[in-house]
Amino acid sequence: MDDLYRDYILEHYRRPHNFGVLEHANASHEGANPLCGDRITLQLRLIDGRIAGVGFTGRGCAISQASASLLTDEIKGKSVTDAAAMKAQEVLDLMGIAISPARLKCALLSLETMQLAIAEAGVPAGQAPTGWAPPGVKAGETIPAAARPAESEPA
Amino acid sequence: MTITARSDASGNPPGTGAPEGGSTAGAAPEAAAATAAAADHRIRDGRLVPEVIRAEFPILGTANAAGRPLVYLDSASTSQKPQAVIDAMDTYYREYNANVHRGIYEIGERATAAYEAARGKVARFINAPDAHEIVFTRNATEAINLVAYAWGRRNIGRGDVIVLTEMEHHANLVPWQLLVQEKDADLEFIPITDDGVLRLEVFEVLLRLKPKLVAFTHVSNTLGTINPVAEMTRLAHEAGALVLVDGAQAVPHVPVDVAAIGADFYVFSGHKMLGPTGSGALWGRRDLLEAMPPFLSGGEMIREVHLRRSDFNEIPWKFEAGTPDIAAEIGLGVAADYLAALGMGRVREHERELLEYALDVLQREVPSIELYGPMDPELRGGVIPFNLPGIHPHDVAQVLDRSGVAVRAGHHCTMPLHERLDLAATARASFNVYSTREDIDALASGLKEVERLFAG
Repeated sequence: MDDLYRDYILEHYRRPHNFGVLEHANASHEGANPLCGDRITLQLRLIDGRIAGVGFTGRGCAISQASASLLTDEIKGKSVTDAAAMKAQEVLDLMGIAISPARLKCALLSLETMQLAIAEAGVPAGQAPTGWAPPGVKAGETIPAAARPAESEPA
Repeated sequence: MTITARSDASGNPPGTGAPEGGSTAGAAPEAAAATAAAADHRIRDGRLVPEVIRAEFPILGTANAAGRPLVYLDSASTSQKPQAVIDAMDTYYREYNANVHRGIYEIGERATAAYEAARGKVARFINAPDAHEIVFTRNATEAINLVAYAWGRRNIGRGDVIVLTEMEHHANLVPWQLLVQEKDADLEFIPITDDGVLRLEVFEVLLRLKPKLVAFTHVSNTLGTINPVAEMTRLAHEAGALVLVDGAQAVPHVPVDVAAIGADFYVFSGHKMLGPTGSGALWGRRDLLEAMPPFLSGGEMIREVHLRRSDFNEIPWKFEAGTPDIAAEIGLGVAADYLAALGMGRVREHERELLEYALDVLQREVPSIELYGPMDPELRGGVIPFNLPGIHPHDVAQVLDRSGVAVRAGHHCTMPLHERLDLAATARASFNVYSTREDIDALASGLKEVERLFAG
């Protein structure tokens, strides 16, 4: 069996976690690999220096989508500082498969997009927005992600 | 008026203007004669015998790490090379490696003779009226840039129009974008139908803008569409425009006769036509090339150099500054002879039959497959872009790879075309003279495996 397409990778691709538009997001970035046509929009809700909510949408290969699913699980509840400092190797470890150089960009698209979202939200390293919460949302509350579009469901 | 892109009675693809296949070799009688004996066993009953041809391509006998033999279906990216081409480069380096047009010694003269002989072979292969109209370049991209800089900068001005098509490779788009940005000129595009055929009725409307240049691909690298280049050239000339044809995907696959097409510039890459990387050519009309200023400058391209001015060499050397890729261009000459011996009419027929087989087998064996481009094999070269629903082409290519099947996945350097067809990316299978029905069968069974894996 192919190392790249282990069952849990395909499972994350078919039923990605945290897939959907995040309500009350206060950080967002759209990342793309123009060479392959992978494209994801990753949204964050940052509250008191922590990642209170995360969601992503977009389309791409199994590697890019599974990595976004795994990464968004991982960063939920993390401090913004820690998420901003995550290394590529940590994402590759999360995936647990050998990624060939040609697919590295796919595997790391979600990490790069997440870190750009944090940077663009104006959070300098070591400091994150505090005391902010969108109206009607308590810190730490999660909002269910929208269902994945029907055409992406497994046959 | 309407223009049909159908082939003529002789079975030649539209717009090539070339007579029956074997006579492409007839344009190069001595080359054909030299290789005729060797070619015999590669042709049976007027058709190519790919099994025999394959044996002449060393790489096709190799296997991947898992021991699966290579099924190479990415020839539109680059073709594989026959032993004869590899040997020609090897012999140059081993026996007469020397610079060209310089050395007054035996190997230097031999290198110059081989390099210039290659130019002659390439000229004959595309029926160029004069070998001095062949400028060696690294590839088609460099050839287009040469024209965009040397001709374009002098002849395109504010408000001028250049007409391209929606199906151009980035190589025949970006150089013109840079030129019109610099000159404050405009680009217009011939649109395509949803089947990937140029809408010539719109082309005729665009010609009323009196464009200075019309540049289009002969065969689409993504959809395989064969454009009616001779007809388009005639229309463009009637409107007073010059014509550049990007023949990178045509010269390896269909008979090309630049004299019959009648364009002003015709460019192609060597590495897609069984030749080495680093080889390629621009053919241009002598009077245009002579009037153009140099592109790159330095050694070789000059006649006399003084501290404050220089006189330039004659064509084609005026455009070949610096030491060229001598071995590669010699290899390109051998590749041209190799194809001429097979006969480009036969090459086209082989690929057309294979395309017909592939379109049928893929739709039958993999019913969910989405195919793009014209479905009539007469209008199309051996290029098949496709998708499997819900599976990204990168995953398709990656899973095919473990069966030893090599296809391209991505946008194939035609992002605007993918946007036009509303596709993020496609996978693409493409053929050459060594491709077989077994390659297509391996692709079909590989695709079934992809579907099984992702269905789970």
